[in-house]
Amino acid sequence: MQKHHTTRCTLMVLIVMMIIQGCAVQSQPEVNVYSSRKEALIKPMLDRFTEVTGIRVNLVTGKDDALIERLKAEGAASPADVLMTVDAGRLYRAKSQGLTQAIDSPLLQQSIPPNYRDPDNHWFGLSLRARPIMYAKDRVNPASLTNYASLTTEQWRKKVCIRSSGNIYNQSLVASMLASESTAAVEQWAAALVKNFARQPVGGDRDQIKAVAAGLCDVAVANTYYLFGMLQSEDPTEAAVAQKVGVFWPNQQDRGTHVNVSGIAVTKAADHVGHAQRLIEFMIQAESQNWFASANGEYPVVPGTAVHPTLAEWGEFRKDAINLSRLGELNNEAVKIMDRVGWP
Amino acid sequence: MVVVFGLPLAALLWQLFQPDLEVWHHLSETVLGGYIRQSLSLLLWVTVGSALVGVSSAWLIARHRFSGQRVFQWLLILPMAMPAYIVAYAYTWWLDVAGPVQSTLRTYNNWSFGDYVFPNIRSFGGAVLVLTLVLYPYVYLLARAAFQRQSKQLFEAHQLAGGRHYFRQVALPLARPAIFGGLALVMMETLADYGTVQYFGLNTLTTGILKTWFGLGSLAGAAQIASLLLSLVMVIMLLEKYVRGTAGYAIDKGPQQGPPSITLSGWKNWMASLWCGLVVALGFVLPLCLLLVMAFHSRIYDWWSDFINLIIHTLSVAGLGAVLTVALALLLLFVHRHTRSSRTQFAIRAMGLGYAVPGLVIAVGVTMAFGWLDQGLNGIISTFSAAPPTLLFSGGFLALITAYVIRFLAVAMQPVEAAYQTINKNLDEASLLTGKNTNQTFRFVHLPLLKPSLWTAVLLVFVDLLKELPATLVLRPFNFNTLAVKAYELAADERLADAAVPALCIVAVGLIPVIILNNKINHRL
Repeated sequence: MQKHHTTRCTLMVLIVMMIIQGCAVQSQPEVNVYSSRKEALIKPMLDRFTEVTGIRVNLVTGKDDALIERLKAEGAASPADVLMTVDAGRLYRAKSQGLTQAIDSPLLQQSIPPNYRDPDNHWFGLSLRARPIMYAKDRVNPASLTNYASLTTEQWRKKVCIRSSGNIYNQSLVASMLASESTAAVEQWAAALVKNFARQPVGGDRDQIKAVAAGLCDVAVANTYYLFGMLQSEDPTEAAVAQKVGVFWPNQQDRGTHVNVSGIAVTKAADHVGHAQRLIEFMIQAESQNWFASANGEYPVVPGTAVHPTLAEWGEFRKDAINLSRLGELNNEAVKIMDRVGWP
Repeated sequence: MVVVFGLPLAALLWQLFQPDLEVWHHLSETVLGGYIRQSLSLLLWVTVGSALVGVSSAWLIARHRFSGQRVFQWLLILPMAMPAYIVAYAYTWWLDVAGPVQSTLRTYNNWSFGDYVFPNIRSFGGAVLVLTLVLYPYVYLLARAAFQRQSKQLFEAHQLAGGRHYFRQVALPLARPAIFGGLALVMMETLADYGTVQYFGLNTLTTGILKTWFGLGSLAGAAQIASLLLSLVMVIMLLEKYVRGTAGYAIDKGPQQGPPSITLSGWKNWMASLWCGLVVALGFVLPLCLLLVMAFHSRIYDWWSDFINLIIHTLSVAGLGAVLTVALALLLLFVHRHTRSSRTQFAIRAMGLGYAVPGLVIAVGVTMAFGWLDQGLNGIISTFSAAPPTLLFSGGFLALITAYVIRFLAVAMQPVEAAYQTINKNLDEASLLTGKNTNQTFRFVHLPLLKPSLWTAVLLVFVDLLKELPATLVLRPFNFNTLAVKAYELAADERLADAAVPALCIVAVGLIPVIILNNKINHRL
């Protein structure tokens, strides 16, 4: 009797699953997105896309590597058409595992500078995120800063705040240094930087900025849009904290300040390649680029787009011009260096 | 059934047979020792802390009368509804260098940083404190029940024999299996914790697993660290088994009168109230107030329609997950009772391991295993028809629910197994003699007797699932968010104040089953 039961249950589960699958196939035009960008930072733009094109966007957010692992496991049957990440290294990883496909779009190639997209057109940068040095306006003379390397001098002993090496932004920063300097030099730099840490790395970028404002350290390395977010905060204390911190653009005399992109790729398994391409093209339109600039406080990837007034106050700066694919290639080495020098 | 649920764990183990020696070499030379040290010391301190808090409060509540004792009895269990990472967010927001407390101190005393000494919440000590505060209820619940079960006769016998230290000589040793049962849960939760340790900047085996996998891109290396974690868990389980195994004498014989409660007066009365009050305040009231203040600072009031959806999603997956988890636990135990084979014994123990594996790792195991199943299935289908490939297994909720079952089967197993053991074998034989077969025996004899503990198990798992984050994050289908996912997204974007609103919803939703749970356990005694 029990056996009977089990068979019937299994059959029912299978039928229900088939129906669910069937429904998914027959609905209106749609595009399926796996995104490591947080929902709040992308949903408004996706809604606008649906409004303009009538194409529905289905979204799953999550950690980038977990999403890549899911893509890999799902293989050719994956429902995902598009993968969005907040870091070029992860897009490189998805590409090198054969999970993405090339998109031949003259519009994208003309609009996006070549170093912010994949040489084979597998992925495209959507917005830029800069990682400068931030300093306490009341204690630090920005003239005493020059580049990332200057943070390792005696002057900043126990005065530097930066988050942990598990964080992708730091991995990419170290990878960008590896692209222009020798492994030994970068390792030496990292070891000296660890000696200058004001505390064991904890928290995110906002926490480093707050620590500078609170006097725990004098300088921090953090992404600009976090400072932007704090300045725009409706909580007056948070905005006041951010007011105490200034932005210094390092390495202006040589390779430039480290930048990364949030980017997008069409998956190899995509069923809706056309819709996916339309979505990417939509995101580099002037309207969307302006949105990245004004709502998220990122730098637009398309040259000539106006930046937010707050960002404009921080001034123009020279950006590290390496092709961001290199960040992915060097990520492994960067992590190993940080492990070796004891950067927690 | 076991194969389907065991496959994801097996898929992870499979990684061990393709070891990434280069990565392993790098890890063992640099960071691995640190991961192990930090994990073990965290384990030690949280265990000691939970044992102290859990047993002391349970002893006070179970056997004493003091001011507020009736209220504390259920207040003490409330921290269970608080996810550890959310308590961590709340305390950090409040106590960190830039938080209100230290800022106020600086402003009023005109100090700057370094002029004063203030404990750093984001530290090893902070992590021990937070984990202890949310995990001790496991010990408290089980120890309290054990103390209350002890009979009056036992107490009188001890008195007659001239014994003086009843707690140390009788009560504590008798409650040992229950206390260890609770502590085993605490230990496994501590080892599997990712949210709190990561937030506090600790480098444990779990953060190591993720860093190796994400940073070094080595799933094999990550699986190797995970296997270290698993061997630790096996040691804990063996220990617990050993303690429980030698304690067959502790089985209760249904409700009976306990020894008289001691009425505390004077300073003893105040100390007892103060102690319980302190625990409740730190573990529940204060974080709750902080969350309320944080929510007041946030700007997402207008998302209520969104929140209704989030609550419905959360309740439905947690409910479904809890029922299925307990059903599988029951099935395994039922089969084991009748076959008594070492194979089912092994299956039960192996499935229990999932509890100490970080949710994210389980999610990856499920992804790999189901992806493999799907690709096999599509291979078969494509030979018969030209239908496009579909994802029968990994497409929807099946993967998510499977991950839930694997992760929390041990929680469901605990109360059900304990209850099953108290059902006398003679009952089975009597039932068979009346002409019922094993299935009928199960239905008409076992099930009614097990009902209360089944409910307990469902509620326990349900509370855990409400708080579950990493597996949900990775495996949920399109356009499907839960409260925990929402809270995490906002917190990860470093908008702690905004994260407070969904966090409060988790606590509010979690409180209901926790209170029911407390009443059930009380009622049964």
